[in-house]
Amino acid sequence: MSPRRLFAMMYKEALQILRDPRSLAIALVMPLMQMGLLGYGVSLDIKHVPICVYDQENSQLTRSIVSRFDAAGWFSIDRRLHSQAGVRHAIDAGECIAAVVIPVDFSRTLASTGAASIQAVFDATDVNTSNIAQGYLQGIVAGVNAEIETRWSAAHGVRASGVGRIDLQPGTWFNETLDSRNFIIPGVVAVILALIGAQLTSLTVSREWERGTMEQLISTPVTALEVMLGKLIPYFVVGMIDAAVCLALTVFWFDVPFRGNLLTLFAATALFSLVVLGIGYMISVRIRSQLAASQIALLVTLLPTTLLSGYTFPIDQMPRVIQAITLIVYPRYYVTILRGIFLKASTLFDLWQPLLGLVVFAILIVWLASRAFHKRLD
Amino acid sequence: MSAPPPGTGSADDAVIAEGLTKRFGAFTAVDRVTLRIARGEVMGFIGPNGAGKSTTIRMLCGLVEPSEGRASVAGFDVGSQSQAVREHIGYMSQKFSLYGDLTVRENLRFFAGIYRVPAGEFAGRMRYAVSMAGLEGQENTRVATLAGGWKQRLALGCAILHHPPVLFLDEPTSGVEPEARRRFWDLIHDLAANGVTTLVSTHYMEEAEYCNRIALIDRGKLIASGSPGELRQRGLGGVLYELECSPLGAALEALRGVPGILEAAIFGDRLHVVADSGAAGTADLTGLLRGRGVAVGSIRPALPTLEDVFVHLVARGLETRAVG
Repeated sequence: MSPRRLFAMMYKEALQILRDPRSLAIALVMPLMQMGLLGYGVSLDIKHVPICVYDQENSQLTRSIVSRFDAAGWFSIDRRLHSQAGVRHAIDAGECIAAVVIPVDFSRTLASTGAASIQAVFDATDVNTSNIAQGYLQGIVAGVNAEIETRWSAAHGVRASGVGRIDLQPGTWFNETLDSRNFIIPGVVAVILALIGAQLTSLTVSREWERGTMEQLISTPVTALEVMLGKLIPYFVVGMIDAAVCLALTVFWFDVPFRGNLLTLFAATALFSLVVLGIGYMISVRIRSQLAASQIALLVTLLPTTLLSGYTFPIDQMPRVIQAITLIVYPRYYVTILRGIFLKASTLFDLWQPLLGLVVFAILIVWLASRAFHKRLD
Repeated sequence: MSAPPPGTGSADDAVIAEGLTKRFGAFTAVDRVTLRIARGEVMGFIGPNGAGKSTTIRMLCGLVEPSEGRASVAGFDVGSQSQAVREHIGYMSQKFSLYGDLTVRENLRFFAGIYRVPAGEFAGRMRYAVSMAGLEGQENTRVATLAGGWKQRLALGCAILHHPPVLFLDEPTSGVEPEARRRFWDLIHDLAANGVTTLVSTHYMEEAEYCNRIALIDRGKLIASGSPGELRQRGLGGVLYELECSPLGAALEALRGVPGILEAAIFGDRLHVVADSGAAGTADLTGLLRGRGVAVGSIRPALPTLEDVFVHLVARGLETRAVG
């Protein structure tokens, strides 16, 4: 192996990545989109979410607040309730996703103490919708607050804050800690990395076949190993950037607690990237059309990762035979590691089994990939 | 550089192919091709599309594994020393194969790296390649936007950055305008003057004249080789006479079946007759025709074009194939 040739390959490949809008888009935009799509599920767009209102006070002020919930367009007030039991029943029966309860002494408390609470109870079985609904309700309440302040300062000629502080007190039922998100999102990172990683490299060799540059390349002294490393290393950097973006979104956007060790996370991510990039590369070597290569890459990464990695369907609830099959579904190891690191603060030692699984896969795939490419046309 | 007489090869030859054969399933693309190219020689590989030129060149470069036969290039065995072969050759494939999304300079830098051109020499060689391609001032242009002739010359520049002793050029001038084609051939001769051995394939017959030697290939078989002059003189297997006579039909009829007359054909308002060398002279022919009442205006030996020779050899090949 010649460092000079390897560097030439890497440099060329990096230039091509930067100049090819298609692979750049795959590399940088797709993970963001997928993180959004998979992170929020399909209920990203909320409109006319059914809510119920139990307005115990029923004063002019409370009626105006309720009408604002209705006017915003995000909610439709399906029912007015008249008892706490009614709230319970409405949520139980799935008649609404949230119930807003305004206490009987709301106006009085607000006037005397300058602060009052509205209760909102969410049916958190649909975590995403209830989360989003909660955000919007809070936004509406904040608007009401700002208005009260403005009115107060207009009346008194002094600016003041905290005069009318209405507080939305959210409460969730049935899934109090909202942990399905914490459970799902680290898995989403694995799905995205598998998809993107294999997509990226699935194009790199087939592109050279398609454009005819491969024939020139294999007439040179460059070795198969140099071609492989020269192509994998730049994409490895891209893959790690993607991983960093996704993991950062997980922590800072989706608020999934990060309790574990950053170095372990890095090591596991690096191994996993190597596996998926290697798989994409092998596909690309065999399939000489970019389109076919990218579709096959999609197939071999998407299905096992979404169905058998334990990302959505818990492995320990699968039939025994399927459980055994998941042992060769490499993403399961990464999903396990991610969940361990994020949620349980697992250490390197705790995770030795899935880590070993990834190491074995990384070695196997890189070894196979290094043998996949022959400098021949036939 | 002068070509050695045909038939005498030396172990020193830059390219030696013995019985090279390539079969794709039942189809034989290249059939027992044996050829030698001396150092510094420019050998033209002439034949129609699909004759097996590219496959032969690819076998010599080690890109395609021969089904049979062996070859050595620059002293290295193509089968067992393919890495060494690749270090010592420059190759231009039929399809343009530089990186279109990279600039002129980036392409050159890439191939310089791949061929491990000493860092100290890169600047000089790049300058040479750029000026050879006529691309001064365009170093930062993306290659995809260059016109055909420039692309070809740049591809040649990339292929010779490492000063390979042997060059394989597969139809380098196809699709390039005539002016650019001539410039390209000038470059090949400059390289040959520096001792570079070149095997260049083309289907432009007129380009064959630029070669020291040519090998005619048809349907996978090498049907003749030699210098253009030799082929024109001997390729028809006899002496070509051009006759002005009338009536042409009667003349043609008169010559049919005459011993020593190998071929006779009407060529416009003339008759082309190929006679066994020594068997029939101009006087014999004149006498023969006049005896049959044909008025003979002029009769003189002529040199066939390479195309004539090629057509003749292909036709003969077909006959023998049909018979045998």
